[in-house]
Amino acid sequence: MQGKRGLIMGLANDRSLAWGIAKALHEQGAEMAFSYQGEALERRVRPLAEQVGSDFLIECDVSTDAGVDAAFATLAARWPTIDFLVHAIGFSDKNELRGKYVDTSLDNFLLTMNISAYSLVAVTKRARPMMAAGGSILTLSYYGAEKVVPHYNVMGVAKAALETSVKYLAMDLGPENIRVNAISAGPIKTLAASGIGDFRYILKWNELNSPLRRNVTIEDVGGAGLYMLSDLASGVTGEIHHVDAGYNVIGMKAEDAPDIALA
Amino acid sequence: MSETAERVKKIVVEHLGVEAEKVTEEASFIDDLGADSLDIVELVMAFEEEFGVEIPDDAAEKIATVKDAISYIESHKG
Repeated sequence: MQGKRGLIMGLANDRSLAWGIAKALHEQGAEMAFSYQGEALERRVRPLAEQVGSDFLIECDVSTDAGVDAAFATLAARWPTIDFLVHAIGFSDKNELRGKYVDTSLDNFLLTMNISAYSLVAVTKRARPMMAAGGSILTLSYYGAEKVVPHYNVMGVAKAALETSVKYLAMDLGPENIRVNAISAGPIKTLAASGIGDFRYILKWNELNSPLRRNVTIEDVGGAGLYMLSDLASGVTGEIHHVDAGYNVIGMKAEDAPDIALA
Repeated sequence: MSETAERVKKIVVEHLGVEAEKVTEEASFIDDLGADSLDIVELVMAFEEEFGVEIPDDAAEKIATVKDAISYIESHKG
């Protein structure tokens, strides 16, 4: 990744999947800018950015066109071109990440879809003119997009929209050699995951029943992210790549896995 | 001071970047130590990791002071 530079959106702290990817990119010589939303996150992102040799932080509220425009104007003023973009952004009212999907409110449905799915379209549109020599865009998804996972609810529906957006964006931008992919990561205990009801149960279930019989780490995601963002994946676009210890191939509980109950 | 209290205070000092003297048992994370809601979630994760305990959301919501954290951990750790 020597000589390549790009934008990491959605880093929150050192447990973030985006941090696993940023570390892997940094080890291979990539230069990165980081976007954050609000002072509370800036405080967390700044020291991490410094650890990977970056002082380029950009405030970005992805919920409005004006917010995304402003952030990309700031990015382009210093870096007229970029080679990659990592979109690690999602949001929903955590009161709706428990209980039943049928109770989702219109307001939170629209908010979740905007921030967790449409924002990929919005940032891809702005990154496109900055990737004249081609590029790679990566977003993060979860198995709850494909199958029902308890409490994932409206976020699962938004991730389904995100994954399908990856495919349509890949088709739109393919002729310009801009690749668009997603990593569907297994559950990892992050700040974002702390909003999901009974998350420990999901973690335990995956650990006991995935083919590798373990949960994945942000380093696992980092390695796959590096591959997707580098020329190693030059023939890969529109892909939803599972980094989940193989969990997505499983049809039922492993015979040797114990029955577990909610704590 | 118990060993648990010492370890809890060490985590709080490191995470919030506050002076050790300020981290009294009565100190409120938000009112006295300048924590925000994300800090609370991060502290709870750090406590869970350090002590191998599970702190469910409803219990985490009741942890307001350093003493609350120490008490919960002491009564739940294996």
